[in-house]
Amino acid sequence: MSEQKNPLLSVRGVETYYGNIVALRGVDMDVHRGEIVTMIGANGAGKSTLMMTICGDPRARNGQIVYDGVDITQMPTHEIVSLGIAQSPEGRRIFPRMTVMENLQMGAALVDPEFFDEDLAKVFKLFPRLKERISQRGGTLSGGEQQMLAIARALMSRPKLLLLDEPSLGLAPLIVKQIFDAIRELNEKEGLTVFLVEQNAFHALKLAHRGYVMVNGNVTMSGTGAELLKKEEVRAAYLEGGRH
Amino acid sequence: MEYFVQQLINGLTLGSIYGLIAIGYTMVYGIIGMINFAHGDVFMIGAFIALAMFLILTTVFGFVFLPVVLLIVLIVAMIFTSAWGWTVERLAYRPLRGSFRLAPLITAIGMSIVLQNFVQITQGARVKPLPPQIQGGITLMEGGANSISVQLSYMQIIIILTTIVLMAGFTLLITRTSLGRAQRACEQDRKMAALLGINVDRTISLTFVMGAALAAVAGLMFLLLYGVIDFYIGFLAGVKAFTAAVLGGIGSLPGAMLGGLLIGLIEVFWSGYFSVEYKDVAAFSILAIVLIFLPSGLLGQPEVEKV
Repeated sequence: MSEQKNPLLSVRGVETYYGNIVALRGVDMDVHRGEIVTMIGANGAGKSTLMMTICGDPRARNGQIVYDGVDITQMPTHEIVSLGIAQSPEGRRIFPRMTVMENLQMGAALVDPEFFDEDLAKVFKLFPRLKERISQRGGTLSGGEQQMLAIARALMSRPKLLLLDEPSLGLAPLIVKQIFDAIRELNEKEGLTVFLVEQNAFHALKLAHRGYVMVNGNVTMSGTGAELLKKEEVRAAYLEGGRH
Repeated sequence: MEYFVQQLINGLTLGSIYGLIAIGYTMVYGIIGMINFAHGDVFMIGAFIALAMFLILTTVFGFVFLPVVLLIVLIVAMIFTSAWGWTVERLAYRPLRGSFRLAPLITAIGMSIVLQNFVQITQGARVKPLPPQIQGGITLMEGGANSISVQLSYMQIIIILTTIVLMAGFTLLITRTSLGRAQRACEQDRKMAALLGINVDRTISLTFVMGAALAAVAGLMFLLLYGVIDFYIGFLAGVKAFTAAVLGGIGSLPGAMLGGLLIGLIEVFWSGYFSVEYKDVAAFSILAIVLIFLPSGLLGQPEVEKV
């Protein structure tokens, strides 16, 4: 797939700073249509910063981000996401004082209301647990439920590109499996393009078609998921001796 | 007994006006965490524009049918204050967003001084009178030999009814519409709201506009109820309404209304039974006592969230 001419998302030489502190030191990466691409790396490597930079907050100081042929580097966040990018961000960011239903309605804020019922049925099929919690406040959900809600909320916007930031963080292995199965299903059945940031390298590389490794704000390696899983450096740094 | 009922009615009327102003404070605080100290003065210009419009319509154009005149006056006042609220946010607050927390507070006080002085210079420092327009009322209880009769004036009915209708409409707007949802989303997590495609700047502007429009309603009602206004009414009413918002729990819409009513009642009852001079002291003392035991106000939500 990586031979395709026009990637859905292309990141070129992106540098991001927090004040004077450099977080991304010239990142290059592509996500093609229909792919699951993952970015693995340790805490603080800049993975979440990359995710947020794609959405324009913080803005890239140098470099270029092109989505679907449109240069989005300087666009305001709400316009970037209106092009069909949805993010389930780091820390889930569920609206704590809104119900599950209202959180999902927020996800559909940009979508024609006529699709709402259909999309709602779809995310409830994917995460039946959310249906049971429909009128509960977001802040009272368990971590796994919040993660499901964050992904469901992102899906309500009918995205072409889904950005997932550490969906496995802090969750029981069984829930992680549920969530990863859901991602695979969305990709296979609906052709949804997914860009996944993970510390949980083993699961992420098994799920993804392609992967990148980020170290200290730089992309140091790339390859198919299977290739990266075999690499000695990846195994040593992210797999063996880890929690797997 | 009759005296008590009469004071209750007066207190509810005054409290309604405070409540409507308090909503502007509480909504702006909810969404950007800032006390908009210029809000009381928006109420003041609301009253002045209402007076000017009223005089223009009745004397220059010779309109006589009061309901139509008042409706036009109200709409014009709301449009002007809304435009003012929008402009102030755009010029004085938005450029400072992301700056340190006290910065917009200082510009807010600056905007308040600008507005007060502008009105003082252009309109003069003397009070402006408006003869009573809506007279008469209903006698609820006939006075006897040693009691007074209880009057519910038409003006009071109008004020209380208008407030109830506006509150109901506003609550629906916030809880049921997509605009209200967007506002609550911005309140809880602005960054996430933007990630879902909400234009955060526009939502904040609209919040200022709504608060200012309600302040114009309060301004017109104040003008009609008391019949005199001056450039300084915004200060005290603003402080009272702010107190009401804090008492009810700042950030909470029903809290603002409840706080407004309570402040109105405390003031009126204190004046009625003890002394007029100390009515403000009473209102602020009760605020202090409530905050000692309920730091987030009567209906405010302490932040309890599962992370």
